[in-house]
Amino acid sequence: MSDARSVLIDPLIDNNPVTLQMLGICSALAVTTALLPALLMCVALTSVAALSCAAISAIRHRIPNNIRIIVQMTIIASLVILTDQLLRAYAFETSKQLSVFVGLIITNCIILGRAEAFAMKNPVGLSFLDGLGNGLGYSLILIAVATLRELFGAGTLLGYPVFDLTQNGGWYEANGLMLLPPSAFFIIGLLIWAIRSLRTQQVENADYQIHEVHRTDVY
Amino acid sequence: MDVYFNLFIKAAFVENLALAFFLGMCTFLAVSKKVETAIGLGIAVIAVQTITVPVNHVIYAYLLADGALAWAGLPDLDLSFLGLVTYIGVIAALVQILEMTLDRYVPRLYNALGIFLPLITVNCAILGGTLFMVERHYSFSESIVYGIGSGTGWAIALIALAGIREKLKYSDVPDGLQGLGITFIIVGLMSLGFMGFSGIQL
Repeated sequence: MSDARSVLIDPLIDNNPVTLQMLGICSALAVTTALLPALLMCVALTSVAALSCAAISAIRHRIPNNIRIIVQMTIIASLVILTDQLLRAYAFETSKQLSVFVGLIITNCIILGRAEAFAMKNPVGLSFLDGLGNGLGYSLILIAVATLRELFGAGTLLGYPVFDLTQNGGWYEANGLMLLPPSAFFIIGLLIWAIRSLRTQQVENADYQIHEVHRTDVY
Repeated sequence: MDVYFNLFIKAAFVENLALAFFLGMCTFLAVSKKVETAIGLGIAVIAVQTITVPVNHVIYAYLLADGALAWAGLPDLDLSFLGLVTYIGVIAALVQILEMTLDRYVPRLYNALGIFLPLITVNCAILGGTLFMVERHYSFSESIVYGIGSGTGWAIALIALAGIREKLKYSDVPDGLQGLGITFIIVGLMSLGFMGFSGIQL
């Protein structure tokens, strides 16, 4: 049981797909200008990740090794098509905002990475939990970034005004930069800094150590 | 002619796939430690992008789009929901063919590209290029230009980042920012720089 627990909980912070494993970054940056599309993207990605990991794990003994990528891709692509159609049916406006990024879940490295690294070697139940955990870890980052960007970029959350904007006679001057691409990079960079300051074992070693020489060593 | 040149500039700089649409980020961050490997991957991406976007355009226009099968006597059929699985299949197959052709005829280039060729299949810049082509209703010739342009833009961004990271080796970065963190900040600054291109029209 502790196994299942750690498989589900670890990817949230200790082994987060975005900030540590460097997976699934593209969409984490692109859909976070507002909270609503980000939430929808989280639901879509988490369900695809969990279901595809379970499906791949279920047939893992029957997949010939040299065509496994194509088999995995086909399973993932079918699930993404299903998600895409569902989103278009029930959340058409938001799915328009997500534009190509729902389709790009296919090439989201979290899903393929977890399928390769975990689902190919582990039973169905655990793989499902692993997919779910990684999806949730991704969602956590996405929601944090989207909240910051929407709140400070437009003064709203989920479209409801939180800060009174100056153009409506309030006190908050909306920061347009937050809605532009560069801010997403800065926020994730700073988020990584924050996480790694708390969890120091995640700090990467420098390629090149600057050697500090004291003045007296030279003589 | 102007139209195509304009589209090229737009695809390569103004709407840079990596810095404005965040596509292919995983490879972008992982393979940008050395300029040499970055150039290899950049060339591979340009080649694959230039081929896959037009090929997927032909498939979309003559097989998948609403009413596209009119030539086969099926004017009411709309297969566009099959798009995603078809495009990724085409991309995987083309990358495989390209790999085999290069191995047979240009072994030097094949060895230089090495592991990067198969990796391109899961690079979202490639699938993203195709999906944007479909979403924006490009014509066949526009799709060729868009393929070249977007591939080139991605390659330029990748090589530039690799150059900066090589220099960065000798700088004193705070512990928590070491590696991935500082790379994100640099890419953010590059993205700010590329925003300077916005609004350019020829």
